[in-house]
Amino acid sequence: MAALLASLRTPRGLIVALILLVFAVLPLLTQAFDQRYLLSIGTRIVIWSIAAISLNMILGYGGLVSFGHAVFFGIGGYAVGILAANGLQSAWLQWPVAIAASILWAALVGALSLRTRGVYFIMITLAFAQLVYYVSAGLEAYGADDGLNISRSRFPGLIDLRDKASFYWLCFVLLLGTLWFCGRFANSRFGFVLRGAKSNDQRMMALGFPVFHYRLAAFTLSGAFGGLAGILLANEGAYISPAMMSWVKSGDLIVIVVLGGMGTLFGPLYGTIAFFVLEESLKPLLDLVHKGWGEYWQIVFGPMLVLIALYARGGIDSLLGRRHG
Amino acid sequence: MKTKLFGPTTIAALATLGLGSLPVMAQSPIKIGFVSTFSGPQAAIGEDMRRSVELAKEHLGGKMGGKPFEIIYEDDTFKPDVGKARSEKLVLQDKVDFIGGYIWSNVLLASLKTVTDEGNTILVSANAGPSQIAGELCNKNFFSTSWQNDQTPMAMGEYLNTKGVKSLYLVGPNYAAGKDMLAGVKRTYKGTIVNEDFTKWPDQLDFSAELAKIAAAKPDGIFIFYPGAHGVQFVKQWAQSGLNKTVPLYQVFSIDAITLPQQGDLALGTLGAQEWVNDLPNEQNKRYVADFKKKHNVYPSYYGAQSYDAIMLMASAADALKGDLSNKDKVRAEMKKANFKSLRGDFKYNTNQFPIQNFYIQEAVKDAGGMMTVKTIATAVKDAKDPYYEKCPMK
Amino acid sequence: MDYLLIQMLNGVQLGLLMFLLAAGLTLTFGIMDLVNLAHGSLYMMGAYIAWTLIGLTDSFVLGALLALPVTFLLGIAVEVVVMRRLYARDHLDQVLATFGLILFFNELVRAVWGPAGKSIAVPALLSHTVEILPGVLYPAYRFAIIVVGALVALFLAWLVARTRLGMLIRAGASNRRMIGALGVNIELLFSLVFGLGAVFAGLAGLMAAPISSVKIGMGDDILILALVIIVIGGIGSIKGAFVAAMVVGQIDIVGRAFLPDFLKTFMAPAAASSAAPAISQVLVYVLMAGVLVWRPTGLFGQRN
Repeated sequence: MAALLASLRTPRGLIVALILLVFAVLPLLTQAFDQRYLLSIGTRIVIWSIAAISLNMILGYGGLVSFGHAVFFGIGGYAVGILAANGLQSAWLQWPVAIAASILWAALVGALSLRTRGVYFIMITLAFAQLVYYVSAGLEAYGADDGLNISRSRFPGLIDLRDKASFYWLCFVLLLGTLWFCGRFANSRFGFVLRGAKSNDQRMMALGFPVFHYRLAAFTLSGAFGGLAGILLANEGAYISPAMMSWVKSGDLIVIVVLGGMGTLFGPLYGTIAFFVLEESLKPLLDLVHKGWGEYWQIVFGPMLVLIALYARGGIDSLLGRRHG
Repeated sequence: MKTKLFGPTTIAALATLGLGSLPVMAQSPIKIGFVSTFSGPQAAIGEDMRRSVELAKEHLGGKMGGKPFEIIYEDDTFKPDVGKARSEKLVLQDKVDFIGGYIWSNVLLASLKTVTDEGNTILVSANAGPSQIAGELCNKNFFSTSWQNDQTPMAMGEYLNTKGVKSLYLVGPNYAAGKDMLAGVKRTYKGTIVNEDFTKWPDQLDFSAELAKIAAAKPDGIFIFYPGAHGVQFVKQWAQSGLNKTVPLYQVFSIDAITLPQQGDLALGTLGAQEWVNDLPNEQNKRYVADFKKKHNVYPSYYGAQSYDAIMLMASAADALKGDLSNKDKVRAEMKKANFKSLRGDFKYNTNQFPIQNFYIQEAVKDAGGMMTVKTIATAVKDAKDPYYEKCPMK
Repeated sequence: MDYLLIQMLNGVQLGLLMFLLAAGLTLTFGIMDLVNLAHGSLYMMGAYIAWTLIGLTDSFVLGALLALPVTFLLGIAVEVVVMRRLYARDHLDQVLATFGLILFFNELVRAVWGPAGKSIAVPALLSHTVEILPGVLYPAYRFAIIVVGALVALFLAWLVARTRLGMLIRAGASNRRMIGALGVNIELLFSLVFGLGAVFAGLAGLMAAPISSVKIGMGDDILILALVIIVIGGIGSIKGAFVAAMVVGQIDIVGRAFLPDFLKTFMAPAAASSAAPAISQVLVYVLMAGVLVWRPTGLFGQRN
């Protein structure tokens, strides 16, 4: 508790505390100001943050550029959707199945793709994601390209996911859990090996660490949390479609992680907030400069990404000053 | 700690909320959301709808039920997931009184619950009419000013029977509407169905494989459903392959005011079915077509006419209730009367809130000024009901 | 039999278009070690530029021919302004920056040409059919694509095998440091290669335009397929890109022309036509995964 209070005194800690606090009371705020749409954006930010944090586990800490992470949105989402469409709506069944499916797929893809490196790794993760994308687009019984409206998961007697505020708080709690886990993960011996292998995997292997197995484990864990985000995304819109896992979504996730700050605990959170706030605010901002320009906000956002790639690799996290401890 | 932080938190929250601007509780205008496709190859359809909505607004003097009304257009970018997100924004952020539009059945199906159930907002489809919404998914908050997908091809099938076309090759896109359309023609057509091909929607614009199969199968006719840009491509490639000399084309929604400028002479003489044609002889239609042509120098399409009707339907309810739309039951009851001057002539609503209406056969011709258009040549069916309404639990 | 022949020709035509797109990509990938996601944007820009020039000149051939140097200059500009700064960076930076370029180009097109998309008509000269064998008709325009694509492939083969530029390209693909040691102006070489790649992408875009449509994002999905092709063929290998493009073209046609009818024998037509393209796409990715397991640097890739 004392350490927690101490960390609040640093600007970095204060900002994190502020963000989490606003997130914690968001449903109350949106209700007070009658801004239900904002809650809906907030829910998506929380869900995308979970996905971004999960990608950060391999991309940020492991240096493994997975270009197919959105596939876990799809696997988590389709597991829920397919079960729901077949009348199995209990979350106690759906959610474990969805997570297990994500873990299985991540383990399979990881086992094959982690043998390649560099650009081949990027391409093969992309290829496996596209594979699932096209399979889902071919599932006539589950809407194929059109997608499918589903009914939300049921936690009988516990929580009604149709209630937007309850659903939001559930997502928020899961975000906290993901953050907690990722923090433990990063500072464990496991995270240490992963980071070591990122800068020099030969040395880590020479030191006797089975780098491949560590990476595979990280890839699988990352997939599990990605699948969780997929479960939540499907429940948020009560809708699944192949578009959930289009390769552009995978690109967006990479952008978010780099934008926020790779290999930092809260970076993905900043990145997601920045991404959504930019999307929602660049439009009105540009419209202020000249009416009608708002439509073209990506003309500004695109070059911003180029500049970030070239000059600001530390992301938002590095703007908050040097890290302590 | 918490009380200290509450100040800045509230400010931060307000700053974020500022993006959405707080609602002003004064005499607020009636708000109508309109979802259509305004970008990409199918934007021409959205533009035609927008022009007709604006014309309806002009004809209404900018008011319904004595109140001014505003229309917020949203672009579904031709994608179900985007259409759903945009619909949600209209319902939750803009808090519209009605949502109209929807060209595509798959976009409408994805958006339906968000609007009608979670948003409790009345939706008027100005084009899409998927079978599901006519049947088991029918909804008290859903009204159509168009048709159910099966109906137009059913009318075409009836006509092909009388014309004595013995065998037919069916081609259509593989999405909600394409499936309904092909199912529709099969319901009424009595000749031989040589084959039915579905193509990938919306990516596939290259129909060489299908045309080669048709050439090999040598049917009496081809039946297609390819809206907008896809219709343009199909007709062009049909002509390029040389099939236009041997196998006639029968179509629904593929040769119209949107596509004819690009199809040109290639489409001349082809037949299609439709519930509205620009030469239907009622007063309101004459005025609509004349004003539209004067403004834009092109013919309006059924997409536009149905959008015009959608606004007029909303206005009829607002007028009857003197602008007070707070009681949704009353609004729905008024809308169900269909008490307005539809461009296709008067129609009644069926129990599933789809119109009971006539369908006509139209031919692609050149008008006196040399512009491509379509004209009515026969009435295919009268007072048609869609084949799904009995599955709808609403009475 | 006629049907089979026509479908195979369609596959060849599609394969050649993808080869044009993949050729530039594999060169920049192989020589500069650059992951260029924005290559699909050049494909799109080629089509849009051609649309404008065809409108101005009122001639398809003239407009298309003029569009090529313009695309070349655009490619050089992109190389000088952005790409040059990315060669020394890791792949993640390249993915991020070129992803940003995709967004930029898509919106630029929207601002300049409007959101609606354009259509380019098949030139009147080629809007008939040709009799390729007695009684077998094939659209002339598609036949022209095959001819042009084959000519470009031959030109590239000659360029890589017989010219000094080609020698440098081959040297660069196998050993990047060596060409520097040869005293070659590397900056110029890189700009040229990138510009050349842009021209081929633009050519593919403008030739595809009359049979598809000119729209925002038209290069985004085909780019992924082009990436798959160069990975299967081996990064840096023109020969590999050609072989892989031909194979992928045939797989695609099998999925569209033969598989649906086969599946229809035991599935509903709608389900069959959902499943068929999915299966052919999946086959492409399975092929890629298989090749990478069998030969980790692709069919004709250089082994390090």
